[in-house]
Amino acid sequence: MHSIVQAALAAATVGLAGAALAQGSTMDEIAKYREMLADGNPAELLEAKGEELWKKARGPKNASLEQCDMGLGPGKLEGAYAQLPRYFADTKKVMDAESRVVHCMVSLQGFTQEEATKNWFSKPGRDSDIEALVTYIGARSNGEKINVPARHPEEARMAKIGEHIFYRRSGPQDFSCAICHGQEGKRIRLQELGNLTTQAGAGTAMGNWPSYRVSQGAVWTMQRRLIDCMRQARWPEPKYLSDSVIALEVFLQKTASGTVMQTPGIKR
Amino acid sequence: MTRTIARLALAAAGLALLPGLAQAQKNAPHNDIAAQAEQVFRSSFRADNPKYWMTRLDQDEAMRLCSQYRDNPPPKMRAQIEKAQMATIRYPVEGKLIGDWKEGEKLAAVGTGGHIGFIQPDPPGRLRGGNCYACHQLAKKEVAYGTIGPSLQHFGKLRGNSDEIIKYTYDKIYNSNAFSACTNMPRFGLHSWLTPEQISHIVAFLVDPESPVNKD
Repeated sequence: MHSIVQAALAAATVGLAGAALAQGSTMDEIAKYREMLADGNPAELLEAKGEELWKKARGPKNASLEQCDMGLGPGKLEGAYAQLPRYFADTKKVMDAESRVVHCMVSLQGFTQEEATKNWFSKPGRDSDIEALVTYIGARSNGEKINVPARHPEEARMAKIGEHIFYRRSGPQDFSCAICHGQEGKRIRLQELGNLTTQAGAGTAMGNWPSYRVSQGAVWTMQRRLIDCMRQARWPEPKYLSDSVIALEVFLQKTASGTVMQTPGIKR
Repeated sequence: MTRTIARLALAAAGLALLPGLAQAQKNAPHNDIAAQAEQVFRSSFRADNPKYWMTRLDQDEAMRLCSQYRDNPPPKMRAQIEKAQMATIRYPVEGKLIGDWKEGEKLAAVGTGGHIGFIQPDPPGRLRGGNCYACHQLAKKEVAYGTIGPSLQHFGKLRGNSDEIIKYTYDKIYNSNAFSACTNMPRFGLHSWLTPEQISHIVAFLVDPESPVNKD
């Protein structure tokens, strides 16, 4: 684990060194990376917190999440994240890791949906239980192959909906996801862009989440990542856990299937 | 009388367009999925979003066709889109298509503005630029350029600064789809992302022999 983090950091540092030659302003970023080389990935702290939250009796029903079914059976977390989103018969819905955790917080612990999702992302001075829980659950798939064949008709439908949204252009800049993420070997400014229409590209994009984002000083979940993509496209933000986001995840995970997860990740 | 003639002419124009589009619709894959996807997409946003935010999800004809054909429409449709987009181009009131390259240089570097939403919206009045460097190489001294679009270094040096080139450059920035249907490049003028005057400054940045795009 540590060596993976170090390799990622080394690669990131090399990338940054190039950028620094171009822009002196990235020197601060390098300093931050160096700091982290000494400390490891900050996401690992969140992972530990997530484990605690998973096992702790909480909520009106004073229950833990240990009986939560993330797709492989109650309490079975090893490799579960790598096989999400998937169709769940009990809710008759295709759910991703986050919508499933929230479902369990509601059904097992007795929280309301509103309570469970109130702090779905962290801000300085405001922690997010969901971020911690999802980081913990994600890490239980570290080294596992992404496996979302989308064979169930509902999964297949969501994959197609996600694909439609991926190519859908709108807004004052005529953007779609494909504009930046549909070609090989392109970059925005100095930022390299993954081609999410290929297995390798989608694998690189999907396999590291949840990920500690140095530029944000926080761990981001996949939902947060995709919702922010929409913001950058100058669209309104889709609702947390909305079907659009889950559909995009199904499409991308299906494309990425067969690639190996390395999570929690660390990103720009 | 005149009104009736005008109506007839419009109806005829409408009819002329229809066969091509109807055929295209029939050939497009996953039409039922497309309808479902649109419904899913639209219902994924908060009901209390301001109305003008939600209009950003609307698609004009070009966006709709480009999405449907994944930015690669068949040749006839491509020509139709380009013709229709060409007709949208508007010019500065005083008719001057080339402005101040120094202003254009600033606009080319600005990538902020236009972000909405509840999480990280841009503060009101945030400068909105052309963000040209996100996708294009321009002045030699700026090495932090993107590669989604072609390099535009020495744009004017290679093409000259004739009235024809100036107009082409203005038109291309105003509405890129007039020349290349479904290109990745935004339609800066059509969306009023940039004003005609701002576009004329970027034209100068590209074409003026004194601009660092051409000088270095």
